[in-house]
Amino acid sequence: MKIAVIVFPGSNCDVDIYEALATVCHADVQYVSHRERSLAGFDAVMLPGGFSYGDYLRAGALARFTNIMPAIIQMANEGKPVFGTCNGFQILTEAGLLPGALKHNNSQQFICKTVPLEVVNNQTLFTTKYQARERIALPIAHADGCYVASKETLNQLEQNHQVVFRYAAENPNGSLRNIAGITNRRGNVLGMMPHPERAVEALLGNTAGRRLFESLLANGTVKA
Amino acid sequence: MIKVRVFVTYKQSVFDPQGDTITKTVHAIGHSEVESVQVGKFFDLSLKTTPDQVATVIKDIATNLLVNFNMETYTYQVLEG
Repeated sequence: MKIAVIVFPGSNCDVDIYEALATVCHADVQYVSHRERSLAGFDAVMLPGGFSYGDYLRAGALARFTNIMPAIIQMANEGKPVFGTCNGFQILTEAGLLPGALKHNNSQQFICKTVPLEVVNNQTLFTTKYQARERIALPIAHADGCYVASKETLNQLEQNHQVVFRYAAENPNGSLRNIAGITNRRGNVLGMMPHPERAVEALLGNTAGRRLFESLLANGTVKA
Repeated sequence: MIKVRVFVTYKQSVFDPQGDTITKTVHAIGHSEVESVQVGKFFDLSLKTTPDQVATVIKDIATNLLVNFNMETYTYQVLEG
């Protein structure tokens, strides 16, 4: 399984996600610039955290128009795994690959802390190595993480089991229905505000994120 | 040259935390007659086009780029031209 990590101008978690996959999980990973137009030969794609284009206009709004985006959309439509964390999640919503949007945290503050999460759906290709309803904790670090969508969209997300992670204690950013991560209807595109790639080694104080990548590597080539 | 100002704000149904906080401060400085304050942003565009094209051009740019309709809405006014 060959995995692409997209590098946008302003990405700053690209190395973290690369190392989580390559060094910790021994996966075949390669950086791909936003300038490229093809993802031929790749089986999965990662959109890292950071501040693409300085969050100008809206977080993720300008990255959506980069050369690489049509190739990412094509992979999503083919059912291949597409994962976005933090700014990657924002880009996926702006590109229309995931419903809803991420707006400024209700507190108007940048929040950097580890928060408790519930694994709401452990049947996605990203979460099979978690227990159903398992409580984990992952770091968050964002200013624009308040998930919003229409009531109809929120109901659909819940009915279709597309809500994968919820904030399990306090709601740090004001996200509707405590949503921390969602998939598309098909289940092959996951976006989440928490950073699993920052929690993959005991030395980092937390290994709860590692099983997300291990799930992906175990299931990634299985058709979603 | 035609000058157009596009205003983008949160939709009524979306909580505007800055507006909420500013409203409270407006009350604190004695203006209890202010019911609410809404924060938004504006974009000034200078267009080399004809007046009959303005509505089409602005709608296209707003819809595809300036506005995220999941949380925002927009209006615009022609300032010159």
